[in-house]
Amino acid sequence: MRSPGTVTLSAAGGGAGEPRFSDCGERAGAGRRREVIAALGAVLPAGAVLAADSDIRAYECDGLANFRELPLAVVMPASEREVAAALAVCSRLGVPVVARGAGTGLSGGAMPHASGIVLSLARLNRILELDPVAGIARVEPGVRNLAISEAAAPHGLYYAPDPSSQIACTIGGNVAENAGGVHCLKYGLTLHNVLRIRGLTIDGEPIELGSLALDTPGLDLLAAFIGSEGLLAIATEVTVRLLPRPAVARVVMASFDDVAKAGDAVAAIIAAGIIPAGLEMMDRRATVAVEPFVKAGYDLEAAAILLAESDGTPEEVDAEVARLEQIVTASGATATAVSRSEAERLRFWSGRKNAFPAAGRISPDYYCMDGTIPRKHIGRVLEEIAALEERQGLRCMNVFHAGDGNLHPLILFDANVPGQWERAERFGAAIVELCVALGGTITGEHGVGVEKINSMCVQFTPAERAAFFAVKRAFDPPGLLNPGKLIPTLHRCAEYGRMRVHGGALPFADLPRF
Amino acid sequence: MDAALEELRERVLATGRHGGRLRIRGAGTKDFLGEALEGELLDIRPLAGVVDYEPSELVVTARAGTRLSALESLLAEHGQFLAFEPPAFGGDPTLGGIVAAGLSGPRRASVGSVRDFVLGAQLLAADGERLAFGGRVMKNVAGFDVARLLCGSFGILGAILEVSVKVLPRPAAETTLAFEMGAAEAIQSFNRWSRRPLPVSATSWFDGIARVRLSGVPSAVDAACATLGGAPLDPGAAAQWWTGLRDHKHPFLSAREPLWRVSVAATAPLVGLPGTKLVEWAGALRWLRTSAAAEDVREAARRAGGSAALWHGAGVAPVFEPLAPALLAIHRRLKAGFDPQGIFNRGRLVPGL
Repeated sequence: MRSPGTVTLSAAGGGAGEPRFSDCGERAGAGRRREVIAALGAVLPAGAVLAADSDIRAYECDGLANFRELPLAVVMPASEREVAAALAVCSRLGVPVVARGAGTGLSGGAMPHASGIVLSLARLNRILELDPVAGIARVEPGVRNLAISEAAAPHGLYYAPDPSSQIACTIGGNVAENAGGVHCLKYGLTLHNVLRIRGLTIDGEPIELGSLALDTPGLDLLAAFIGSEGLLAIATEVTVRLLPRPAVARVVMASFDDVAKAGDAVAAIIAAGIIPAGLEMMDRRATVAVEPFVKAGYDLEAAAILLAESDGTPEEVDAEVARLEQIVTASGATATAVSRSEAERLRFWSGRKNAFPAAGRISPDYYCMDGTIPRKHIGRVLEEIAALEERQGLRCMNVFHAGDGNLHPLILFDANVPGQWERAERFGAAIVELCVALGGTITGEHGVGVEKINSMCVQFTPAERAAFFAVKRAFDPPGLLNPGKLIPTLHRCAEYGRMRVHGGALPFADLPRF
Repeated sequence: MDAALEELRERVLATGRHGGRLRIRGAGTKDFLGEALEGELLDIRPLAGVVDYEPSELVVTARAGTRLSALESLLAEHGQFLAFEPPAFGGDPTLGGIVAAGLSGPRRASVGSVRDFVLGAQLLAADGERLAFGGRVMKNVAGFDVARLLCGSFGILGAILEVSVKVLPRPAAETTLAFEMGAAEAIQSFNRWSRRPLPVSATSWFDGIARVRLSGVPSAVDAACATLGGAPLDPGAAAQWWTGLRDHKHPFLSAREPLWRVSVAATAPLVGLPGTKLVEWAGALRWLRTSAAAEDVREAARRAGGSAALWHGAGVAPVFEPLAPALLAIHRRLKAGFDPQGIFNRGRLVPGL
């Protein structure tokens, strides 16, 4: 979710090569490494297998740079046939496969496996078909999110999900994480905007999930696949739905002297029957951090500002903007402004869109969290975060997708100060576990990856996690696709030691001991 | 755990011990649909009631036996509704049945399907465990999306106990326009209009008449009416038309004789099959009454990028399009993972599973 090329997280927590996760494998011996590289080289063109340390170093982490591992090799296929060939080798030799798009993910989902390969899909980057009449685009997984909208623009169409990293992130990665963005309350997540996925199983067998029709026979495997973080199959072709670009968009910006009032305004907008195209909140720490860089004109006196966007036909937007202004004023807004031009609309948004880089400018490092809560608890969560700031001795700036209750607290720290990263990590875990306690979830749109795998023990029972493993086995019986991510083992949860207690039973009563 | 739930759990465990089978059933409005009805009845209706509803959260959570009529009247009190318009088929279906069947009404092409609105679900698994997936929040990527995998599962993975769905504000204004035109021209027009920023919320074509419903703020609906032309329908007649399609009260859909539900790419050309048709979802859904052989219907649907299911006609041919071998293997392993003894709704969705 941060802009590419902005290095804001440094390698904290342990020296290079020190595996943080036993689940992610032991380092393979030199003989095994040679065997795997030779087998891949035999079926792939020259240049498609990278093995030199200097070549694979760039792949040791994704956007969550605190978690690093070097793979055996990085494979860069340029066609579905080459992907199938690589998978056949990995399947035969039992080599773990970690798929990777642009590497902008924020949960370590594309962190390599020490005895596996990274399968980079970046070279599969062609838009295969764009049908403006049907309103669909058929693209390879390495196509960038924004490239789809750019290609569709001459037809007045666009691809709706817009994660902040959309100029760099790929559609394959969006599918793996079920990426959202600032407009998903109205236009949905990746799940709602993908019609069909062609992919390969670990055996290299082609499968087609979903279809151009709106119903597909059998179970909805497409729904299970989207957001599966590379654990089920490898997507080689994605067909997305394109929407007509709204004729007009305007944004209402409102200031509040109290964060709780801003939260009430969000509830009042929804209760009035309005689904804004975007509904975002920033606290004062966030506005103060971004304003010097973006000059968006934010009210720095306000405890929080709310950005509510209306889009649609000119008639719809005029009516909705008038009601939005009325509602935020009734909710106690101390000031309101409505964008009068497209340039002004973009300026109002610029601070929100640049919150992450701004965090990187005011702090040596930051740690971005991604919990979701029922909207009504926004005030409560902010109070708790303030208390955690005291307890951990770290600052936190808060930006929210307020419309869908998705929080992105940015915990500021300095990795060069001993103990700060550990405190940031504890701070973050406390926030996501608070989200679970309030009826929410540990991750709204960034995924579990390796980052939140411990928190999965808090959100799900052993039986629920067993069901996830059943889904995993149904698609990938040998368990070679992105092992060690998303679903924690019983052993791992026992180590984490905070499994939920059910029905008054003792903790871990039903747990096999290792 | 309350009595209704405990009783269901006991039944499931006892059935497992005896090697028996269960047929999960809510109101039974979709008994006509699907491959087989095997096993002893497991009645979900006692497990009813809204668990949580806060209009400003846009989420309602209810137990599986809750009736559609109860949900809709509760939501209507707060100006909200189930935007995917689940069909009632002349009865009063339960929420569990709605989700298990995965069927959506006229608004499907504009706003999405049941699965697009499901946020979380609880499942009674074959081993008696109660499993919760997803949640009550809009965005949630923790774990695989099993809640949505249950949509359209016809109960083969377990008994749905509770569901959280996203609800939407009811549009302030609605107008239906009628146009005299042929089916091919109607499908072209629907797709052209869908690619423009117009508040189209449903489309249909039958017997030479295309109908387009516009929903939204009054000024936007009025502006779209002016853009599109056509003849506005009387509101009562319009409501009756769309309810007729949604709930299959329309005689073309309600007659209990073989009817094909052909789900294809919206812009696909008309299939050259004999018979009469009714078109919905901008062309993506085509109901067909035909004398053509089942395999010919299926082949035509495949060529049009989709599949055909047999409505009211089990026994004439397989109800659903058979699955490709690689997908069937995944289905087998999913069934084995969730319901290893094959207790639940055996064969209802996929023969043998």
